[in-house]
Amino acid sequence: MISQIFILSTKGDHLIYKDYNIIMKPFRGEESKDSINGFYEMVTALSGDQPPVVMVNSGFLGELMSGLHFIHARQGGLYWVASTKTNPSPFTIIEFLNRLAALTKDYCGSLSEKSVRMNFALIYELLDEMVDFGYIQTTSTDILKNFIQTEAVSSKPFSLFDLSNVGLFGAETQQSKVAPSVAASRPIMSSRGEQGGKNEIFVDVIERLSVVIGSKGVLMKADIQGEIRIKCFLPTCSEMRIGLNEELSIGKSQLKGYSSAVRVDECRFHQAVKLDEFDTFRILKVCPSQGEQTVMQYQLCDELPCAPPFQLFPSVEKDYVNRSVNLSMVLIFLKLRCDLPPKSTALNVSITVPVPKGSTSMSQELSSPDQTAELQPKNKALLWEIPRFPGGAQLSALFKVDVPGLSSASLLEVGPVSMSFELPKQTCTGLQIRFLRLSPTQTGLSQRWVRYVTHSDSYTIRI
Amino acid sequence: MPYFGSEETVKELKRALSNPNVHADRLRYKNYISKVIRMKDLDSWAQSEVLTFLLRYRPRSDDQLFDILSLLDSFLQSAHAHVTVATLRLFLQLASAHPAVQADALLRTSAPLLATCGAASRELRFAGLCHVQQVMRSQPGLFGTHYKRFFCGYSEPTYIKFRKMEILVELVNDENVSLVLEELRSYCTDVSPELAQAAIAAIGRIARTYSEKCLDILTGLLALKQDHITSAVIQTFRDLVWFCPQSTAAVCQTVEACVDSPQDSEGKQALLWLLGEHGDQISSAPYVMEGYIDGLKTELSSAVKMELLTASVKMFLCRPAETQDMLGRLLHYCIEEESDVCVRDRALLCYRLLQRGVEETRKVVTGPKSDPSMSVLTGRQEEPISQWTATFNTLGPLSGRDLCPQTAVISAADQPSSSAEKELLPDEEISLSLGSPLSHETFEKMWLDLEILHRQTLGSPRPRTAPDTLQAALQLVKIQTLAFTPGDTVPWKAYIYTRSTGTLILAELLQGDQQAPGSDESLVVSVKQQPVNQHAIRGFVSILKSVLQTLNVDSS
Repeated sequence: MISQIFILSTKGDHLIYKDYNIIMKPFRGEESKDSINGFYEMVTALSGDQPPVVMVNSGFLGELMSGLHFIHARQGGLYWVASTKTNPSPFTIIEFLNRLAALTKDYCGSLSEKSVRMNFALIYELLDEMVDFGYIQTTSTDILKNFIQTEAVSSKPFSLFDLSNVGLFGAETQQSKVAPSVAASRPIMSSRGEQGGKNEIFVDVIERLSVVIGSKGVLMKADIQGEIRIKCFLPTCSEMRIGLNEELSIGKSQLKGYSSAVRVDECRFHQAVKLDEFDTFRILKVCPSQGEQTVMQYQLCDELPCAPPFQLFPSVEKDYVNRSVNLSMVLIFLKLRCDLPPKSTALNVSITVPVPKGSTSMSQELSSPDQTAELQPKNKALLWEIPRFPGGAQLSALFKVDVPGLSSASLLEVGPVSMSFELPKQTCTGLQIRFLRLSPTQTGLSQRWVRYVTHSDSYTIRI
Repeated sequence: MPYFGSEETVKELKRALSNPNVHADRLRYKNYISKVIRMKDLDSWAQSEVLTFLLRYRPRSDDQLFDILSLLDSFLQSAHAHVTVATLRLFLQLASAHPAVQADALLRTSAPLLATCGAASRELRFAGLCHVQQVMRSQPGLFGTHYKRFFCGYSEPTYIKFRKMEILVELVNDENVSLVLEELRSYCTDVSPELAQAAIAAIGRIARTYSEKCLDILTGLLALKQDHITSAVIQTFRDLVWFCPQSTAAVCQTVEACVDSPQDSEGKQALLWLLGEHGDQISSAPYVMEGYIDGLKTELSSAVKMELLTASVKMFLCRPAETQDMLGRLLHYCIEEESDVCVRDRALLCYRLLQRGVEETRKVVTGPKSDPSMSVLTGRQEEPISQWTATFNTLGPLSGRDLCPQTAVISAADQPSSSAEKELLPDEEISLSLGSPLSHETFEKMWLDLEILHRQTLGSPRPRTAPDTLQAALQLVKIQTLAFTPGDTVPWKAYIYTRSTGTLILAELLQGDQQAPGSDESLVVSVKQQPVNQHAIRGFVSILKSVLQTLNVDSS
């Protein structure tokens, strides 16, 4: 099924190459380089991203490899490519490539060109065990860990001094322990390694929010895709019980009670999750294997229990500075309000506003020094960045954009505003993990960490 | 293969994949059932391998069929997308004689397919979108309520946005048209010109059914005075007028009010065509054209010059007084000073036609003003599911064209399975394609050179429909009509051709010929082919029969 698997960096460096063609071809080395280079040229020939299926068809390369299809996925800034001569299911190959990238991340700690270069022996070993003669055997960490001998080399040692999310003062940090955000990104230990590292298990509830707000502030579309992911560093498998909100209801029902019930439209579970107690008590039972896996995926459309986190009140006007010289400015006044509860904050909020073509420069008035704004003529947009946005607050900014040759229709080009942000410690659906119990077979202390985060997938506000 | 499920499964599958003797007889029912029963023990990769392998089985009876389907039922809702889609393909293929079962399977997998369209991985999203498009060819209403899922996200790559826009165009109905149009309108001012042009083209396609709303939007876009947008809008107007003649008046008004002219050659050609074809409705047309004629020396593209020639002649025919002078200048320049041979030839042709007289010119130059097939009024045909089942869950939909099964370069490991597959399935779907058009001379030469490989009485008479409908219906299944004798002549003949899996098939349909036996009541088809492939001929004849039967049912 699969003929070759290779990993390329963005510059086209061959990081990993594995060939599953069993025909003995002379000069196989040359051919393989040709096919990789051919693929790289096709993928980088046009600007922007290429669709995942690429067929090398041109000239000499075409005759050499007629009928060779390349399927690639981009993860961690690298190209993960599988080539095939038959016509397999695209879902299988794409999921396999994603799973290969996830396994590499588990074993090496992080996913980047550097970690792949340092751990190439481990990755070759993984590929040996995962794929046999081009057929996918297994991608489960439990089975693989019995066969993987190589140790991972991580790029920087895990250090407790990396305090990005830890609060130093305040009563809440003394009561609830907080771990640094890089704690979960270390390699999983092989079974033959020493028992360094703690027994920890990290449960993440990650939601992606996709919202379109129309021109009068009317919510046009709202969509949440959520996942519960477990990253397990426990050396032995033990059963874990995850309790979700008891009032979680699934499916669109006509009856809505008075309570602010937590609702999802539909959910899907990992194969290994046992659902016998799910219907009554909303408890999931699973034996997590080492590494990262997604236990549950859910989605909710169109009836969000909470208001969308940001509301924008824009006003766009023309300002004729000097009529005789035909120089004019567009005044964009943005008032952004955060509708989150007062204790929560939004991080790394960045707002992109398209500006008319031909804008040359911009001046701004922002309300606090940590915000930044700049005009990007290449993208025809202005970018406003706010590192921390507390809930309930309202921030405003005034931008004056110089547009020589302003016409009446230029104002129409100040188009839909897109935002990207991260909301730590909250979920829009209200899904919470009530408890997390491990069956008591662990020797030593095992720690359980729970993290909630909401990302914006696509947050668009029309002006 | 150490851990491909259990040892016995591994051994069986290995044997099946490599032993040609096992291929010689078909998969037996109990073999099949035993594999299916053990599927629960396998992991997801092995499951999808088994499901792909089991596509080769043909159930002998309905009981067997429903046994198999009920055993596989739970895999339609598997947590893994590839298992769900592979099961769906198996269902659609096995139950090809039971459209109700197929429709039910599609309904149950619509939710998982939609979920892949929203997956975190972009490549998976793209695969999901392509397959949703395929499903919509047969069941357009299945995803109608979920149209909001197909709104483009800000950070998505362009290939996903293009597919989403194509799907949005097909999902439009009376309730959601205004929301969808608003969404598409906001993409038209995007930074990337290709995306803006694709969005404008999408609005143009919707305009064939919802003209007024779309025309308002397109007119508003012209006011932005951006080159790529103006050019795309004018090209959309040209297509709209061709497909939807009732909107001509409104379009002409807009074009008249629009002051800017497009700068790129595609846009200019479109504008010139509009001016020439509908010059009588656009009052300022001759003056705009004069501007182009005066600027002819600086014009680089020969396509634009040829379009200008044709359009000027058409305009001369309807408004001679205003156009005479500039037409003269144009022809003079093109014949005397133009260096491009094609343009000069076209100019000479126009000049000589005009010398013959106005009536002669009118006969040659004027053509239909709108699409003769009237495809908009009849609406898009829903295709039968069997048309695309063969390429479902393969790389075909993702690469934008149907991939033919590999025949030439196969490695040794794959060779037994794929070549044996071809012999094993005599009733596998044949995919037809049009390829490049054949000219009359080539067809005639080939017809006279080749010998008849297959002759068959089709069992149904010539459909009593207009020839255009027959042509359009054959075109839908990718058979091109070269020529046919007019309606009621006896004997009635038609010549058609198509391509399939590397061979070219030529055929003649005959009815009412005294010398051909059995052709009084029904059509006789004679097939010639190069190179020979009996399998393709059988597929072709069966497709032809089904088209004729459908047309007969419709017309009776």
